[in-house]
Amino acid sequence: MFDSITLGQYYQTDSVLHRLDPRVKLVGTFAYLISLFVVDSLPGYLLAALFLAVMIKLSNVPFRYIVRGMKTILFLLIITVCFNLFLTPGEVIWEFWIFKMTREGLNFAIKMAIRLSLLILGSSIMTLTTTPTQLTDALESLMRPLKKVRVPVHEIAMMMSIALRFIPILMEETDKIMKAQIARGADFESRNLIKKIKSMVPLLVPLFISAFRRANDLAMAMEARCYRGGEGRTKMKPLVYSSKDRVAYLILLLFFAACIAMRILF
Amino acid sequence: MAIKVDDISYLYERDTAMQVRALDHVSVEIPDNQFIGLIGHTGSGKSTFVQTLNGLLKVTEGHIYYNGEDIDGEKFDKKKLRSDVGLVFQYPEHQLFEVDVLSDVCYGPKNLGMSDEEAKKVALEALESVKMPKALYKSSPFDLSGGQKRRAAIAGVLAMKPRMLILDEPTAGLDPRGRDEILGLIAEMKRALNMTIILVSHSMDDVARYVDRIMVMGGGKLLYDDEPVKVFRHVRELEELGLSAPQVTYIMTLLKERGLDVNTDVLNVKDAAAEILAHRRELHV
Repeated sequence: MFDSITLGQYYQTDSVLHRLDPRVKLVGTFAYLISLFVVDSLPGYLLAALFLAVMIKLSNVPFRYIVRGMKTILFLLIITVCFNLFLTPGEVIWEFWIFKMTREGLNFAIKMAIRLSLLILGSSIMTLTTTPTQLTDALESLMRPLKKVRVPVHEIAMMMSIALRFIPILMEETDKIMKAQIARGADFESRNLIKKIKSMVPLLVPLFISAFRRANDLAMAMEARCYRGGEGRTKMKPLVYSSKDRVAYLILLLFFAACIAMRILF
Repeated sequence: MAIKVDDISYLYERDTAMQVRALDHVSVEIPDNQFIGLIGHTGSGKSTFVQTLNGLLKVTEGHIYYNGEDIDGEKFDKKKLRSDVGLVFQYPEHQLFEVDVLSDVCYGPKNLGMSDEEAKKVALEALESVKMPKALYKSSPFDLSGGQKRRAAIAGVLAMKPRMLILDEPTAGLDPRGRDEILGLIAEMKRALNMTIILVSHSMDDVARYVDRIMVMGGGKLLYDDEPVKVFRHVRELEELGLSAPQVTYIMTLLKERGLDVNTDVLNVKDAAAEILAHRRELHV
């Protein structure tokens, strides 16, 4: 039932990107997102798109799989484009009823669409090649300096990894309960809004109960293994930078420098 | 009323690296009024198979015919199929949601378009069939014990008056007493309500005592489909699948291997005892 939601779900395979230190990927993704706002011209976007294409190639994730995930946000993309297209004031080039398309709007909409697509593709490359556990490990490690100002870094990371871990579990649970209720004649495909909301009760009540049950079980299991926060905890797989991570940082730096150069040149 | 399964396959995660063929060209016929045990190890495809039977999963290849009609046909009424072929999922108590047991059992019949009174009538019948104590009809389903919750959930499906009832691991997670209660209840329902029952399980001991026919699945394929005694003759092959024959079959097979000429086709302790006693002369030799 949830087969179509592939946006940002970890894709199991082996590639350079998969083996990279998650901290590099996290920093890299942020750098990439910032660079998309730094470059502000067609050649700049071409560079960013090219960089992304190389990354996708390196990730060994089939392009079709990534694009299929994009489908879910296509709606958002279309709305954004439409708003920019018709609501930006400026020189009118096309008119229909109350809709006025402007040259500035067209420019802006194209730019926005490219930027948004690259933004989503760029960040999904990270989550496609990094497991949630690795991601939170990286976050914890990168936020470590904040510990000095008493930010509960470990607890935040733990909460995040538990939350992420539970998404697929709850999704599976939803699927199961939905099927069980459909087998009892429930109709989740009704077009009628009131009926639709009503039909959610038999789904949400069991789902909440199971979420609480699982949370309770997990808390018990953690306590049974003497979990008491991050103080003095060691890692089974500590994060250590290797030479390929340093190379990756260097490439990122070069890319970022190129983006800034683009901004100045064009 | 009969279901004919014609060469069906089902693929999970189609066209990805994770593609799994959960059903691999399965063909079988399920006639009226039969008590069938569907056995298979975890991941053998048995749960997938039963979900295709009432149209919850659409088969990737092949066809399923219900009374001669293709269930994936355009004119086919799936809601009718789902009420005729009742499916009780694993841990069915996880689907309970209403304020009290009776209203929860009414949910299915109401979805079929019955009026409140009608729904209540069939719900009461269903609760009686599963031997739910009357005092609990108005209590919250979440206050019941594990076995009672399960019976309430089974009643929820039974109230839709299915002509065929599929139970996916109805004994999972119950203690031995709860397990015997549920199995006894199912056997009794079979006698009283005259319907086809498919009991899905990974335990031969659970089903051997009750069913007329056993289907064994492994790796998405239907491997054996026969009377219980005939299926249990393949003790070694069953073990390779991670399954086991009933415990009495092991004793009888061992006795036979040691030279006692007993009939190994027995399914319960009583018959086994009688069989051994009949050969007691040979025992003294």
